[in-house]
Amino acid sequence: MDPSWLPRLLALAWLTPLASFVLILFFGKRMGPHGKLAGLVATSAIVFAAVCSFAALFTVWLPNHPVKDASHHGEHHEEGETHAAVTAPIHLIAAASDDSHDSHGHGEGGEAAHAEGDGHSGHANNGPDGYPSYYGTWYDLYPGADDSGPLGSLKLSISYYIDALTVGMFCMVALIASCVHFYAMGYMHDELHDFTDPEVTLSNGEKLKRPGRYYRFFQYLSLFCFSMFGIVIAGNIAMVFVFWELVGICSYFLIGFYIERHSASTAANKAFIVNRVGDFGMLIGLMALWSSLGTFAFGDLTNADGEVVEQGMFSLLRTEENYYHLQPTEGMAYEGSRFSDSAAADGEGEAEESSNKAGWWLLLVAGVGIFCGCVGKSAQFPLHVWLPDAMEGPTPVSALVHSATMVAAGVYLVGRFFPVLSPEALLVVAYIGCITLLIAATIAITATDIKRVLAYSTVSQLGYMMLALGLGAWVAGMFHLITHAFFKSLLFMCSGSVIHGVHTNDMTEMGGLRKKMPITAYTMLVGCLAIIGAGIPLTKIGFSGYYSKDAIIEQAFSFGSSNPAHVLLQWAPVGGAFITAFYMFRLWYMTFAGKPRNQERYDHAHESPQVMTAPLILLAVFAIGVGWNFPGTDLGVTNLLDQARPVGTLATTQGEILTGLTIPSEPDSHEWEFKKPAGIAAFFTAAAGLLLATLVYWWDKGLNPSELREFGPFKPIHNFLWNKWWFDELYDLIFVKPTKAVSAFIAWFDRNIIDTIIHAIAAICRGISVIFGSVLDNKVVNGFVDGVAKGTWDTGLSFRKLQTGSVRQYVMFIAVGTILLFVAISFVQNI
Amino acid sequence: MLNPILANLLTEPVGVSHYVLVGAFMFTCGVLCMATKRNALGILMGIELVLNGANLNFIAFGSRYLRNDANTLGLDGQLISLFVIVLAAAEAAVALAIVLNFYNNNDSVDVDRADQLSG
Repeated sequence: MDPSWLPRLLALAWLTPLASFVLILFFGKRMGPHGKLAGLVATSAIVFAAVCSFAALFTVWLPNHPVKDASHHGEHHEEGETHAAVTAPIHLIAAASDDSHDSHGHGEGGEAAHAEGDGHSGHANNGPDGYPSYYGTWYDLYPGADDSGPLGSLKLSISYYIDALTVGMFCMVALIASCVHFYAMGYMHDELHDFTDPEVTLSNGEKLKRPGRYYRFFQYLSLFCFSMFGIVIAGNIAMVFVFWELVGICSYFLIGFYIERHSASTAANKAFIVNRVGDFGMLIGLMALWSSLGTFAFGDLTNADGEVVEQGMFSLLRTEENYYHLQPTEGMAYEGSRFSDSAAADGEGEAEESSNKAGWWLLLVAGVGIFCGCVGKSAQFPLHVWLPDAMEGPTPVSALVHSATMVAAGVYLVGRFFPVLSPEALLVVAYIGCITLLIAATIAITATDIKRVLAYSTVSQLGYMMLALGLGAWVAGMFHLITHAFFKSLLFMCSGSVIHGVHTNDMTEMGGLRKKMPITAYTMLVGCLAIIGAGIPLTKIGFSGYYSKDAIIEQAFSFGSSNPAHVLLQWAPVGGAFITAFYMFRLWYMTFAGKPRNQERYDHAHESPQVMTAPLILLAVFAIGVGWNFPGTDLGVTNLLDQARPVGTLATTQGEILTGLTIPSEPDSHEWEFKKPAGIAAFFTAAAGLLLATLVYWWDKGLNPSELREFGPFKPIHNFLWNKWWFDELYDLIFVKPTKAVSAFIAWFDRNIIDTIIHAIAAICRGISVIFGSVLDNKVVNGFVDGVAKGTWDTGLSFRKLQTGSVRQYVMFIAVGTILLFVAISFVQNI
Repeated sequence: MLNPILANLLTEPVGVSHYVLVGAFMFTCGVLCMATKRNALGILMGIELVLNGANLNFIAFGSRYLRNDANTLGLDGQLISLFVIVLAAAEAAVALAIVLNFYNNNDSVDVDRADQLSG
């Protein structure tokens, strides 16, 4: 099909969940008994979205942009060792024929255009060597045509930017969300009738009983999916920000779904507030970008002839003349130099150089600012604290939040913004990712709540993705995002199935469950193997995690070899792989292997209904195979993602501020030189972790975890990890306690000082009023009014005497009066 | 001062001032009659005198001959006096009815006895 179908199909996929949300919002309660049909509505909406997404991928994208084997980039690179040759500057603007635009342009047959709502239609903006992307706007919220409006030249529009990443993300999100919806229809059946919350005790000692909220759950899920699709399809960063916040509020609703539980409401608040901290940084990034570039748009807006009408930020920062290398614009250099003293340096050349440097600094600020938002959303250090607490939401939400939506949004945005991130910003990303990866992995070792282990594992894996992006491995990072989405949603749904069966989150009360719930156990085993990256080293055979994780470690080795100073970044992912393998299999062994630790719960346990296990099996298949190419073709996730690799980021780049920094080209990392040590290291560390877990948690004659915990040197370490590095306590000490102290002081000040002043003022006012009341009002005003009344009364009485009743007297009065009047007038006239 | 005026009146041809003088005389007589009579019918007669004295003034001031003004028909004063006559007739009818009732109640038409409304 014609590429003009892409935005239409994806918009359909995007808006269907919104329609479902609105429907359930207004009619949810009336949808069948206890809103049971709401689940069906939401599920069919997301399945429809998934169908649209896959239709967009298979019937529009792939026929128009057939995938090629990504490894050809490597050969390409060898040909031209000088890096400029890597991105041959052939700018192909495909003059894609687009009926709807033509008809719109000529004002005839506008029906098609209007039905679509296209302001401008997208055209393929092919970069060099064909990295196709489509940018266009649906609707201008604020046109910003000139500076005369109240918002100046600010242009806000609902637009789309569609490339292979967008399409891939749509498919991934829709597929996982569909699984989650199906699963939730089973998992949330408790909410179909009046629900007694066992964790909320009322003041009278009874458990809280409330009406079920089944329909509301699906209502939020639909809104969540809509928001996530919105982020992915958004064509400008302002629109991303809007949907970014929508995702935030949806996560707030869903984490706080059991709002009556204190832990759930605080967790929801925590998630929301921590995200606001990150969003503040993001706003700064937005300001830096807009003030210096004057646009929020990602791509170039083209007219019907394929000429560029308005440049987006990607092409402004990576111009064709500069061979698509990142270069701050003149505006950026100018804006940046306004804030640096060195701009006033002597000599023109020096001034130019310093203002150029200022531009790089501004670019760094913009990049790190945007990344701050991603830190919040993707739960990176130091804002990672909200994600484990978000486990208070129902498990399907955890599965969705931890894989396809919310946390994926942060990584996605870093990926989308990759062309704007300078090497220094990438280094920040890499270090944050690296720290997150290690901290979260270590905490996961000691956690006993099954969902918390998975939560920390998510944080750790997100660290992997950020690390990969920071090291320049764009495809590896986004690839890991997608593979992780599949196996992490699988793991979460498995844990949900376990919780559903045994009614506890605590792994110390589980054990031996694989006999009771075999499907859950073995699909979860698949998930564990996928997350530790199980595969045969140095071949192309393995679970999905094997491909993505090895790609990241290869890039880390490649980065380490060219930047010896940052050796931590090379070995952190390897160490992470060891810890990941250990804690994942600790989880599996504690849950499914060995003897039951709590016989009562074990007896009660049962396999989950089919509506829950079917998505598990589907996801297990994906967790195994999502990294593979379709047999006999080049069609696979990596090759698809490679089409979306931002233009100009293939080349090896050098830092401008940190001159020693080198971001190596990603295809280089697949060279044997890096692949061999990386593959071997990854395999053996993962295997070692697995073995250690087996020794400690499975093999009876091996090590005993409770003894180990008490063993001398391990005790403080265990304590340290058990308390999650004391992050919550640290933040409590640094932020919460001082805030509370300041608040307490201000409250005291308010109560004692300000209140006293106000009371005094009130007393004074009251006294004055009393005086005024008694003197002015009673005496003066009342006296005046009374006097007037008395005067009138007396006058009336005196006039009464005139009224004699004698007609003749009246006539006399008239006659005499008339005469007197004449006399008076004659006197006046004579004067 | 009065004498020259009187002398003029007697020597001049009949004009407005003569009419006005007669009107004023009738008016004064009427007022005096109203002020002095105790009989209600007498007072009514005084009222007729007052009204007709005023009518005479209207006639005099309105007449085209007396005003030496050829540009008017001179009917405006006469119209008003006709109007006054009609009003006087109506007034006399109402007043006589009152007097009759008063007489029925008090066996007298002495207005000095009609002082129930005194303050």
